[in-house]
Amino acid sequence: MTDPVLQVRDLRVSYGRMQALRGASLAARAGEVIGIVGESGCGKSTLASALIGLVAPGAAVSGEVRIAGEDMVSLAEDRRRALRGAKVAMIFQDPMTAFNPVLSLGDQLTDFQHHLPLPRRDKRDRARAMLARVGIPDPDLVLRRHVHELSGGMRQRAAIAAALLMQPEVLVADEPTTALDVTMEAQILHLLRELRRDHSGAIVIVTHHLGVVGELCDRVYVMYAGEVVEEGTVEEIYHSPRHPYTAALIACDPTHLEGPVDRLPTIAGQLPDLTAPPAGCSFAARCNRATARCQTTQPPRVRLSPTQAALCHEVRP
Amino acid sequence: MSSVADPAPVARAPRSAGALWHLLRDPMGAMGLVLVLAFLAMALFAPWLAPYDPLKLDVMNKLQPPSLSHWAGTDQLGRDTLSRLIWGARTALGIALTATGIAGAIGLVLGLIAGYGPRWLDAVLVLILDSLSSLPMIMFALAVITVVGPGTGTLILVIVLVSIPGYARLIRAQTLTLAASDFILAERTMGASAPRILFRHLLPNVVGPLVIVLSMDIPVVIMLEAGLSYLNLGVKPPTPSWGNILYDGYTSLRQQPSLVIAAGIPLILATIGFTFLGEGLRDALDPKLQVRPR
Amino acid sequence: MLNYAIKRIGLAALILITVMLAMYAMVFLVPGDPASLALGPRATPELKAQLIERMGLDQPIHVQVANFFSNALRGDLGYDVWSKRPVLEQILEVFPNTLFLGAMALGWALVCGIALGCLAVVWRGTAIDTVLGILSVSMISVPSFVIALYSLLIFSVWLGWLPAIGAGEPGDWGSQLRAVILPAFAIGITWVGYLARLVRASMLEVMGANHIRTARAFGLPESRIVTRYALRLAIIPTIAILAVGFGSILSSAVFVETVFSRPGIGTLITSAVAKRNYPVVMGTVLFMTAFYLLVVTAADLLIARLDPRVRDVFRG
Repeated sequence: MTDPVLQVRDLRVSYGRMQALRGASLAARAGEVIGIVGESGCGKSTLASALIGLVAPGAAVSGEVRIAGEDMVSLAEDRRRALRGAKVAMIFQDPMTAFNPVLSLGDQLTDFQHHLPLPRRDKRDRARAMLARVGIPDPDLVLRRHVHELSGGMRQRAAIAAALLMQPEVLVADEPTTALDVTMEAQILHLLRELRRDHSGAIVIVTHHLGVVGELCDRVYVMYAGEVVEEGTVEEIYHSPRHPYTAALIACDPTHLEGPVDRLPTIAGQLPDLTAPPAGCSFAARCNRATARCQTTQPPRVRLSPTQAALCHEVRP
Repeated sequence: MSSVADPAPVARAPRSAGALWHLLRDPMGAMGLVLVLAFLAMALFAPWLAPYDPLKLDVMNKLQPPSLSHWAGTDQLGRDTLSRLIWGARTALGIALTATGIAGAIGLVLGLIAGYGPRWLDAVLVLILDSLSSLPMIMFALAVITVVGPGTGTLILVIVLVSIPGYARLIRAQTLTLAASDFILAERTMGASAPRILFRHLLPNVVGPLVIVLSMDIPVVIMLEAGLSYLNLGVKPPTPSWGNILYDGYTSLRQQPSLVIAAGIPLILATIGFTFLGEGLRDALDPKLQVRPR
Repeated sequence: MLNYAIKRIGLAALILITVMLAMYAMVFLVPGDPASLALGPRATPELKAQLIERMGLDQPIHVQVANFFSNALRGDLGYDVWSKRPVLEQILEVFPNTLFLGAMALGWALVCGIALGCLAVVWRGTAIDTVLGILSVSMISVPSFVIALYSLLIFSVWLGWLPAIGAGEPGDWGSQLRAVILPAFAIGITWVGYLARLVRASMLEVMGANHIRTARAFGLPESRIVTRYALRLAIIPTIAILAVGFGSILSSAVFVETVFSRPGIGTLITSAVAKRNYPVVMGTVLFMTAFYLLVVTAADLLIARLDPRVRDVFRG
């Protein structure tokens, strides 16, 4: 296996007493698209921030986040800044607020290429080309416009263009379709599928939306309460989920329902309190297969196939 | 020229019960409340609190420094300064509350009409209101006083005229936002008449922010009254007003500085108190309203 | 941008015209004979006759109004029958003093206000921040003429460091500066508090905004972020407030100039009011309104230049 361009090992992030990430590990190779899936509060946003090295100041971080071999966690801020935008780039969740309202898009897209030793005009040309590439009909016009003058779909495309400008090794998409309506979501997904062919690096899609993951990703990491509870290919996760949480998650997805039901299925219970995480498995309180051992001891990571693993006492390979 | 840059504040019914608690927990708000209550008491109970008659002359004892018999000294006509200051609270608060109340009521009506009435009427009103607020407030006040002649009545008239545009614009902005909202649309679809919509639906919703802004304006009005009285253009002597007393202090500055010092203190405390209270109220009820410069 | 500029200037002009009409009409709205109202009860019949002749008060209304406007455009704001001088001449004589005072007041308020605001941002959430907050609000609340009186007492009467009266000798910068210190201090103090709060709020809001995070995510250097991304946004509300604040400074100037017997617009208008000299009052009010509109319109245009979102406000 070639060296992964993205390698996260045992990442832990705490904000004061609250432990947002409790030992997450994942990897992605060039050309792969991985998905990070979980409900609100599972730690995926913190993970996304850690990937670009912009965890909130004052947070305690330990572990490794290697982008093309360099560890973001232990690097000095200067070096981290050099990596941002160049080796790792992010497509933000809400493009309306992600862009500066008083500068034109052209100015901003040109600014974002500041790592490159090119004259301004060339940078503008590259921006124009990239805007065309993401499907914006009149790139020259859009370069002169400000973000509030564009439609939601165009803004999201512009955000994607911004991230792709530097050909990063790792592209992180943070909830790329959450701010969009259904039609635009379909268009953006289509665009992302097309772009992965051109993009030579790895793509990380962080979302709570199972459908998006199914459309775009090769492999999936399922997160719960700050940990990765299951990993596997899309096939494995969707058709043979082994961790009880994953199974419940899939079962709750309305698109998976067969026939009409009286009530939509839910997972009973609540997220554990992350300021005082449970001693045993974090899902034990809500799990229908939980035993006494699950309450008291941390579950092991059980490898079920070359690509699938689950964090559980009750699964067998 | 803020008619174009004026943001429409969020219209929300004040959360009264929780608000009081919130107010008291904020040190600024609590301090403000204490000061305001103290001055209200002073104004209400002046006849019983003042040790002497504020109008009583005693020229033999003029310009005395503070002493046991006259805690704040006497002025240039021998009148007890402390008593005059206590009665001054009655003048200040009386004028401030009356003028603000009248201006608020008129502003409310004008704002509702501008916001909900015919477009041409709105355009005319906005033009008039903007013009009024483009005049530096004090200049307009002075112009009116020149023509009408100084006095307490003129003072109230002037304060009312100067304050109306601000309130009217606030109410207008609120009304415009609300009038476009879904629930008003629903009412109209169901055939509700204009007066009904105005009184039963719009009025209760716009009144909240108005009350907050009114309370934030009271210290400004107190200062305006004191200032104009200081220029001998407001409350006529011998009626005690903090402004008059400051003027007396100014003329006797070199002979008896304690007069001007004493006169300034209640004015400062009252304006600070009302401002703190206003800020506290605003924070507790509707933090999106901004303090406007005066 | 041009579209916006034209509409904006047009609006300002319309407002100025309305104000002029209102001011002129005041003597006619109040019950009584216009000449008496304009000159007060102590005016002699000769003075009133002069006024009527000079201002054409005996002519039909529409002729009066037309004359008034055409005169104003030519720079004739009326004639002061008490001192036998054109009003505009008196205004222009004292206006530079007031302008100087206002500029000094705003200058020191900006320096201190921005410094205090930044301090509050650096120490945000701490006790220092709370204390600065209370201090700022206190400074906003206190009437400037009371501060003027107290500083007059302390620094002129008791300590004798600074002059109590006047604006200094013309041509002698030293004396003029010494004369402006106390009045500028008194006026500026309100603004220190206000600006400190404004700067603090603006900076915090901007620095926490999503787009700043984006800029960081693309590795932009912090210096570039502060100057090109944050400052441009934070400055906008400051400009707006400063422009409107000019009116407030003017109000304070009226009182503070009186306290220090400092020649200026304030003393001009207050002595005219005391003497019930309406032509001077009206002329001064119109002049200051025109100036104020000029300042505010210029500020609005500057803001529109910086923030494109504002230009769309006239559409639709």
